Amino acid sequence: MNTNLQGRAFVFGNNVDTDQIYPGRFVQYTDVEDVAKYAMHGVDPEFIHTVKQGDIIVAGTNFGCGSSREHAAITLKAVGVGAIIAESFGRIFYRNAINLALPLIVCPHILKYVQSRDSLLVDLKSGTISNEKGILITAEPLSPYVMSILEAGGIKPLVRAQLLRGA
Amino acid sequence: MHAIEKLLANKAGKDSVTTGEIVNCEVDLAGINDLYLQTVRSFHEMGGVKVYDPSRVMMFLDHYAPASTIMQAQNQKAFREFCWDQGIEMLMDIDQGVCHQVVADKGLAHPGEIIVITDSHTTTHGAFGAFGTGVGATDLAIILATGKLWFRVPEIIKINFEGKPPQGVYAKDIILHAIGELGADFAVYKAVELAGSTLQYLSISERMALCNMSTEMGAKTSYIQPDDVTMAFLNEKVTRPYEIYHTDPDFVYAAQVSFDVTHLQPKLAAPSSVDNVFDIQTFIDTPVDQAYLGSCTGGRCEDIGIAAGILKGKHIAPRTRFVIVPASKGVFLEAMAKGYVQSLVEAGATFVTPGCAACLGTHEGMLASDETCITTTNRNFPGRMGDTQARIFLGSPAAVAAAALEGKIVDPTPYIVKENA
Ligand code: SF4
Repeated sequence: MNTNLQGRAFVFGNNVDTDQIYPGRFVQYTDVEDVAKYAMHGVDPEFIHTVKQGDIIVAGTNFGCGSSREHAAITLKAVGVGAIIAESFGRIFYRNAINLALPLIVCPHILKYVQSRDSLLVDLKSGTISNEKGILITAEPLSPYVMSILEAGGIKPLVRAQLLRGA
Repeated sequence: MHAIEKLLANKAGKDSVTTGEIVNCEVDLAGINDLYLQTVRSFHEMGGVKVYDPSRVMMFLDHYAPASTIMQAQNQKAFREFCWDQGIEMLMDIDQGVCHQVVADKGLAHPGEIIVITDSHTTTHGAFGAFGTGVGATDLAIILATGKLWFRVPEIIKINFEGKPPQGVYAKDIILHAIGELGADFAVYKAVELAGSTLQYLSISERMALCNMSTEMGAKTSYIQPDDVTMAFLNEKVTRPYEIYHTDPDFVYAAQVSFDVTHLQPKLAAPSSVDNVFDIQTFIDTPVDQAYLGSCTGGRCEDIGIAAGILKGKHIAPRTRFVIVPASKGVFLEAMAKGYVQSLVEAGATFVTPGCAACLGTHEGMLASDETCITTTNRNFPGRMGDTQARIFLGSPAAVAAAALEGKIVDPTPYIVKENA
């Protein structure tokens, strides 16, 4: 996978929970094309009309807290979000996103460095986050285990290979 | 090591584990909710053919019980067919109720075991000394395929509650107080042990509410060391052996905090976050359109009994509705046998099928814009129970029932009728 990502920043605050990322009343949809229609609907219904492939969500603490619904990660992946940088993440959302090969970067104080629509460069290997002018901040690099899931294109291919080996 | 670490080590087939280590553990009980048809999809996408061990899998048709749209009906149909195909006998259909309560009612939560459900409030099972944790659809599909799941051994925080809670103060008030003080992200990625002298005054039902709400401070799992109260509950329900682990005296917690609950006041979490907590006095006389009693947090028989005590022989306020959702069939049956349902229906309450109902804004009891609801549930994010402009206050069952009676937020303490008092 490409570990150097580039995209425009969409900035959100603290405690953006899964109900805001993907409201409960749409959870009954299970096809990706349907799930993609409601990304960030609870906090910014305009989001899906403005987001482009590769754009980067930047948020405060506890992004994705709340419910276990994988729809929240699926919808962001489906609309093309390239990575999410937040001061911290809800635990289940973190697992869900990594499982789908959507990179998440934990970066305390990130909100101080980034404005909405800034153009960002993210190096997943080193954890550096830059704009045109240079490096803004260096985040915690991803753990080797998480990196291995991302490099495999998500956890499903890994489990598939494991099942085949076992069979 | 901590009891939680010993449990994880045992399930990973190791002698010991250390914080931060990634371990692959046997899962004793895996549960899927009707929201997550993606679990079945992911299972097939991974090349899954046969579920690893169908006897350790439960399927819960609880969030849409019974289906109110065609799409919900389709999803439930697909789940039933998956269970029948795979030989999953523990299909908990629309008559059964919310997953966590059903697991408890059936005595399937045991000390020393790992319970993983596609629901964030799986921390509830810490009340039984189990390692309960929520995951998404793909993680659950991995368990279906392999019987195992990876976990990072978490830091462990101890929260002590000391003293006897005063009349009018329930587990819900205690845990809201702690979340208000500590913040909604206090325990993210961490395990939380709940301890202290207060626990001896709390029933299993109250302990489940405590452990359930630990999710709202971000906890990965919660744990209460099994004691006499736990054993009395388990002895009635559980027939097979299980192991109780104990924390070594030299174990060092990542953090320890203590709360004295002796003089605690009834609490509310005000819109729109669960850590926005105040004494109920702050919101006295706020008009309430809907009072709601239900969910895996506050829909047990004891909770319904508290409401029945407050409302028996009286009637709810004219411009207020009172929606009650028993957490499970077991709860509903017990509440009927005790006469609570009769009293509450006569008092103007509306009963809904056991299940999740409006707790997550998908089913019966939804809120319109600018309405105010007081509820025993666990989340008050914008849009959680309906329109994003509705205001949600989280409180104890007594606070909810007293608000239904008066049509506005009141201090419930003077309204509380103790059973047999
Ligand atoms: S009752 Fe509410 S919190 Fe509990 S499982 Fe159902 S939707 Fe989730």
